[in-house]
Amino acid sequence: MGNSITLTIDGQSVSVAEGTTVRAACEQVDTFVPTLCWHENLSPANACRACVVEVKGSRTLVASCSRVAEEGMVVETNTPRVENARRVVAELLTSTTDYSTAPQLMNLVKLSSADTDRFSGGANWEQPVKDDNNLYIRDLAKCILCYRCVEACGDDAQNTFAITVAGRGFNAHIDAGFGRALPESDCVFCGNCVAVCPTGALMGKTEWTLRSQNKWDENQLTTTETICSYCGVGCQLSLHVLDNQIVKVSSPMDHPVTQGMLCVKGRYGYQFVQIEDPTPV
Amino acid sequence: MGEVRRLLPPTDHKSLAVSWDRVVERGFDKAYQRVLDMGSDAAIAEVTASGIMGRGGAAFPTGRKWDSVRSSPGNAKYVVMNADESELGTFKDRVLLEQDPMGPLIGLLIAAQCVGARQAYCYIRGEYREVEAALSQSIDILRDKGWVGKGTVEIEVRRGAGAYIAGEETALFNSIEGKRPEPRVKPPFPTVRGLFGAPTLIQNVETLANVAVLFAHDVKWFRQYGTSATPGTKLVAISGHVNHPGVFEVPFGTRLQEIIDADDLAGGISGTGHLQAVLLGGAAGTFLSSAEVAEVSLDYGPLAKYGASIGSGAVMAFDDSVDLIWVVTKLAHFFADESCGQCVPCRIGTQRVLEILQDGNTWQRESDLRDLGLAMRDASICGLGQTAPVALLSMLDRPYLRRFEMKGDEHVGE
Repeated sequence: MGNSITLTIDGQSVSVAEGTTVRAACEQVDTFVPTLCWHENLSPANACRACVVEVKGSRTLVASCSRVAEEGMVVETNTPRVENARRVVAELLTSTTDYSTAPQLMNLVKLSSADTDRFSGGANWEQPVKDDNNLYIRDLAKCILCYRCVEACGDDAQNTFAITVAGRGFNAHIDAGFGRALPESDCVFCGNCVAVCPTGALMGKTEWTLRSQNKWDENQLTTTETICSYCGVGCQLSLHVLDNQIVKVSSPMDHPVTQGMLCVKGRYGYQFVQIEDPTPV
Repeated sequence: MGEVRRLLPPTDHKSLAVSWDRVVERGFDKAYQRVLDMGSDAAIAEVTASGIMGRGGAAFPTGRKWDSVRSSPGNAKYVVMNADESELGTFKDRVLLEQDPMGPLIGLLIAAQCVGARQAYCYIRGEYREVEAALSQSIDILRDKGWVGKGTVEIEVRRGAGAYIAGEETALFNSIEGKRPEPRVKPPFPTVRGLFGAPTLIQNVETLANVAVLFAHDVKWFRQYGTSATPGTKLVAISGHVNHPGVFEVPFGTRLQEIIDADDLAGGISGTGHLQAVLLGGAAGTFLSSAEVAEVSLDYGPLAKYGASIGSGAVMAFDDSVDLIWVVTKLAHFFADESCGQCVPCRIGTQRVLEILQDGNTWQRESDLRDLGLAMRDASICGLGQTAPVALLSMLDRPYLRRFEMKGDEHVGE
C-alpha cells in the first residue's frame, strides 16, 4: 500500500495506509460506524447512508463506507447532523419495510433512538412473497434496496447480471428483468445474492419454509465445516444443521477460495447427503 | 438597466440561427481561431480572468475546472455539453439553443481544445426534439468547415429519455455509457474520473455560450456587465404571475424587483397585482417574500445572506392568491416522481414529504419535516435529494408566508 496518511477521527489522530476508507479508519480506532449496505466483500453502494459522518469542509455529510481518507481530514462521527441523518434513515426504512429479520437495521434503530412510528402510515412495500422456484424466495417487503444482491450477481462476484434495480423513486426495486420469475430470467441460482442479503428479503426456501412453520430456531442450529465435493476448486462449506438435517449451506466470508461465494451445486445441491435409501434401484 | 443581449443574439441580426453566416456575424469564427492561435494555457487563463462561473446552478469557477481537467492524467478526455434542462420553471437553455446554437457549440469546441479532448457529447433533453434537430444541423455545418470530425474534435448528440436525474452530471455520464442514470459518489470528481472513467469537462449550455462570446471579444468587454464578484450576464426564465413571462438576459447584480417590474423584462405582477413570493432557482430553489424580493439583487453573495441562490436561473412569481403549501406539494410530487431511488433519504424521504404535505399536516408536523428535510439535505448522494427539501425548508423558515395557515381545510390537501 505504500504511504500512510494521518487524519483525525473524533479528536483522535489516526494513521492509516493510503487508500483506506474513512469507515475502515474508524474501525481501526474502534469507533463504531453503523452500516447497512456496506459489505466486506462487495464494493460500496453508498445507498443506505447510515454510515454518514461529518468531514470538516464538506457541505454535506460523507458516506464513510466509500470515502477514501485524506491527509489532514477531520472527521466527526457523532455530531447532531450525523445523528439526525442516521435516525431519519432508520425511521424512513422502518416506515417502509418489514425489518423483522434484519438485525443490522434493528441495531440502527436502537442506537439512533429512532421512532419507528414517526414516518409510518403512508405507502410501504407490503407485497406477497415471490415464491417461484425451489431454492430461494424473494420477499421484497423486507428489501431495503442496499444493492448488495445486485453487486454479488454482477461484477463483484458472480458476473451473471441477472438482477438489477428497476423503476425509480419509491417504486425502485430489484428485478430480474421485465418482472420475470427467476426460472425465466438469467439467474443461475448460485444464491450469492442470498448470502449477502442483510434483511432476509432473499432467503433459502428451506429456511423460509421452516420459519413460516415456526420451526426455525437459531439456538438449535449447529454448523459443520467441510469442503465441497463437487469439483476440485476447494470451496469451504458451512453446513447449517437443524434436527440432523442440512437446512442451509454457506461459506465463510473470509475464506480465501470462496470469499463467501458458492455455485448452485455447493449451495443448494446438498439433498443427496441426507437421502437414506439402502436399496438403490 | 433592463435587458442586455450578449448570450442571446442581438435582435437586429440578419443571419439564420442555424447557419455559417451566424458564426461569422457573431464573431465566433474569429473566437475559435483566436483560441487555436493563443494555445490552451493562455485561453484557460483568459477564461479564469473573465470570472465565468458555471451557469448550471453550482457556480463553480469555469477556468479552475478547465485547469483541473487539463492537468488530470489520462490519454482520453471528454467534454460534455449538459443540455438536459429539466429543472421546473427553467427553459433558458432551450431558448438559447433555439436562438443561437452556434455559440454553445463553439464554446464546446473551445473547451475541447483547451482541455485536450478529441470527443465531445451534447446530452440534450429528450423532449427538446426540435432543438436537437437544430443542434445536429449546426454540428453538420461545423463539420463541413472541418471544425468537427474525427481528425479534430468529434461531437456526438445523445438524447435523454425523460429522467430529471439524468441532468445530474455523473448520472448523465452513466446515461451516455448506456447505464441507468444513477448519480455516482463524488469524489472522484468528473474532472478526474468522469465519462468512461476518463477526465471529463461537463458544462451547462449557457456556460459554453459565455465562453464563445468571451473569445469573440475580450475580458474587458466581458466584465463590462455584472458585478466584480460575478461578471457577465445571466439568462433568467421568468414564469408565474408576471405580465411578460419568458427568458431574459440581465447583468449579474440586477435587482430582482427590477427584473420583475421593468417593462422590457417581466413587466410587473399579473394576477391580483400583488406579489406574495418568488421561488428563485427552480423546484430546488428558495422562496423569497415580496419584501425580500425588493432587497435582493441577482448575485451569489447578496443572495446567500437570504439562504438563496440563482440556481438554474428560474424565477417563479406567485401573487397573493396562491397557497404556497399547494405549490410545495406540487414540487414534492415532482421530486417523489423524479428521485432515482438509489439512496434512502431521497428515495423514501421525497415520498414522506409528499404524504405529509398532502395530508394537510404541514404546520403540525413542522419539526418532523425539518428533521426529514435536513437529513435529505445532509445525507443524500446527489444534488436532487440534497435540494429536494430546500424550497419547503425556506418556506418553513419564513413564517410570514403562512398566510393560508388559518384557513384550514379549504386549502390544504387539495
